[in-house]
Amino acid sequence: MKARVHVMLKNGVLDPQGEAVRHALGAMGFEKVGGVRQGKVIDLDLADDATEADVTAMCEKLLANTVIESYSIEMQG
Amino acid sequence: MKAAVVVFPGSNCDRDLAVAFEQAGCDVSMVWHKDSALPEGVDIVGVPGGFSYGDYLRCGAIAAQSPICQAVVDHANRGGYAIGVCNGFQILTETGVLPGALLRNAGLKYICRTVDLQVATADSVFTEGYAAGDVIGVPIAHHDGNYYADADTIAALQDQDRVAFRYVDNPNGSVADIAGILSENRRVLGMMPHPERAADAGHGGTDGAAVFRALAGLVTAA
Repeated sequence: MKARVHVMLKNGVLDPQGEAVRHALGAMGFEKVGGVRQGKVIDLDLADDATEADVTAMCEKLLANTVIESYSIEMQG
Repeated sequence: MKAAVVVFPGSNCDRDLAVAFEQAGCDVSMVWHKDSALPEGVDIVGVPGGFSYGDYLRCGAIAAQSPICQAVVDHANRGGYAIGVCNGFQILTETGVLPGALLRNAGLKYICRTVDLQVATADSVFTEGYAAGDVIGVPIAHHDGNYYADADTIAALQDQDRVAFRYVDNPNGSVADIAGILSENRRVLGMMPHPERAADAGHGGTDGAAVFRALAGLVTAA
């Protein structure tokens, strides 16, 4: 069983790194980029009986700081 | 006054904090991150600056899950005193003892210099050595010191007079220029600037010493 967790800063929380990337893309001439948000992807190798509820608990307790970050989970069979 | 300073792998201000407590007259013990209990009779816990567990995942996130942090949370929930400086502030927000979170500095750069702080309230054991409105010079050294909390939390902090220190010239983008905050019972202080690095004349300034002097005064008051 595998799971992929996407962690992103919540909308409305300033993402200075994403903003720096947007600025760099603009400077390189990629004018079609209006905004960049940068997050992280965490891949988990899990025991066969692991459930999405287990991964949710991991996200709530450690993988995401829900004060500033949102997360989404893809269970990958 | 009995103080305990927690030591994580990656702490680098633990001894500075211990010396600041000692110079203020506290009896200090160092506590290892794998310990699950604080020494008997500890009045105040210091959570030092540094890069606990390499700041992997997020600053302070893994430290917040360590055995000793549960003891620190229990201590705070019992009404015990605690001070978290820099990485210690990040850890205290990650445990939920203090609200909000610390984001990457708005300018993306690591900043290491002395900044002017305004004492926002003198109504706490940490800040009673100052007058509200005093401006003091205290070093900062951080990459993730941009204090963030949602609008309701910021309003509550301001309404309850729980902003301890504000930046005079906001270096990192913190909401409402917040450099340090107090818990609801005013017994836990978290701040990004380092008062322990401005506690001895040899540091080039002693503006931070009053934080520790006021704490030591608790002994006679209690």
